[in-house]
Amino acid sequence: MENQIFELQYAIDTFYFLVCGALVMWMAAGFSLLESGLVRSKNTVEILTKNIALYAVACIMYMATGYALMYGGGWFLQGIEAFDLGEVLATSAENGFAGDSVYSPASDFFFQVVFVATAMSIVSGAVAERMKLWSFLGFAIVMTGFIYPMEGAWTWGSKDVFGMFNLGDLGFSDFAGSGIVHLAGAAAALAGVLLLGARKGKYGRNGQVIAIPGANLPLATLGTFILWMGWFGFNGGSVLKLADAGNAHSVAMVFLNTNAAAAAGLVGALLTARALFGKADLTMALNGALAGLVAITAEPSTPTALQASLFGLIAGVIVVFSIIGMDRLKIDDPVGAISVHGVIGLFGLMLVPITNGESSFTGQLAGAATIFIWVFGVSTVIWLALKAAVGIRVGEEEEYEGLDIGECGMEAYPEFTSST
Amino acid sequence: MQLITAIIKPFKLDDVRDALSEIGVTGITVTEVKGFGRQKGHTELYRGAEYIVDFLPKIKLETAVTNDIAERVVEAIVQSAATGKIGDGKVFVSKLEEVIRIRTGETGAQAI
Repeated sequence: MENQIFELQYAIDTFYFLVCGALVMWMAAGFSLLESGLVRSKNTVEILTKNIALYAVACIMYMATGYALMYGGGWFLQGIEAFDLGEVLATSAENGFAGDSVYSPASDFFFQVVFVATAMSIVSGAVAERMKLWSFLGFAIVMTGFIYPMEGAWTWGSKDVFGMFNLGDLGFSDFAGSGIVHLAGAAAALAGVLLLGARKGKYGRNGQVIAIPGANLPLATLGTFILWMGWFGFNGGSVLKLADAGNAHSVAMVFLNTNAAAAAGLVGALLTARALFGKADLTMALNGALAGLVAITAEPSTPTALQASLFGLIAGVIVVFSIIGMDRLKIDDPVGAISVHGVIGLFGLMLVPITNGESSFTGQLAGAATIFIWVFGVSTVIWLALKAAVGIRVGEEEEYEGLDIGECGMEAYPEFTSST
Repeated sequence: MQLITAIIKPFKLDDVRDALSEIGVTGITVTEVKGFGRQKGHTELYRGAEYIVDFLPKIKLETAVTNDIAERVVEAIVQSAATGKIGDGKVFVSKLEEVIRIRTGETGAQAI
């Protein structure tokens, strides 16, 4: 009877990983829509191609090298197909019913691989409307197969940073990846944006900021809703176990707090935008919801509902000022990804010690610095290499006419076509 | 025959159409256009940065009419499209040399 309960627990926890992984996979759709909504319509096909292709590249590269670098095991997931019921039951008995979960390693890979894709999606929005498609995909190979797995190994993988120090021992804690996924994605994006420069027309002759309005706000809003929904898998799945009362409660708290932070983040950004501009700026509100989500991601299980809401609210306020500040600094980020994922990712990491006694502010700072320096440094090298080899920015004429025609040879909304 | 071209505010289109039908105009052509006059453009706000909309959306309405009702047509457009505020638009009247109905080949006033 006990063995059958353990088998059932294995089945439930494996299933939980798979469902949460599927939810996170859907975030790729959210990013695609959000980004295509916030760029001009002449760049729609290119940004959609980029988004779905980067997802595919991430899946292949993480399978080939990433997972092995991060958690050990063979290249191309060698050996992941083995199943030994006796071993499963023995580990379950050893861990105990309420102990660490036992699940199929294949489900773990599936849950991890969609996080890599999320980190890469963050880059695509920031470099939109001017980066060469193939250079971007070249970078995606290195980011998902090497850069992300290395810092993932030092954090979730518990390995020492080049044998020097161990972030876990320093008191670093990042529940679902405010730093490991979001700050990392933003660091790679920042390196790319600094080398790319601003979109033509973003700054006037005297350096004043000129708005380049997004083409489709319904898409951007739908994309944000999808990201919000996918985030329940992102944070909820990161509890890593469902099938005992304690963990089931923890999962429920994570869902509750994730939702509360997003809601408060949206309200915070909406009110800030109203106060600053005199109008309810929808795109800022969308960024506010995402900021709330990123902020709570580092620790969604220990805050109370009120704390989670306050964290989200503050993140929503900060993100508006950050986006305006980035614009002033000539860091042209069409979708606000560096502010939402980078600035708020760091903010989220620093919130953890408030509610989680096992982490420390110095540990959080050390972790954030390690992730940022590693990802930003290596990304800069890769972007520079790509720039020297094939170039990273499209020509001025192509940028004016749109990357849809230049890179993909088609328009999102073709008119006056004829089959002959 | 006269060709009457009017630029009007989009929300006034239904009123103008009704007014023209009442005085016996049998056909009009309408285009959505953008432009500027004394109203100029206006500024909009996106993510905290202003941008200028130089050209405002208007409706261009064209109708070919016989000389006997041309004056009344102009009057009807001016009355029904007016709001008294800036940006109400303009009416242009020009002589029309010839009109041909494609289906029958009729010409002149018969074709209107």
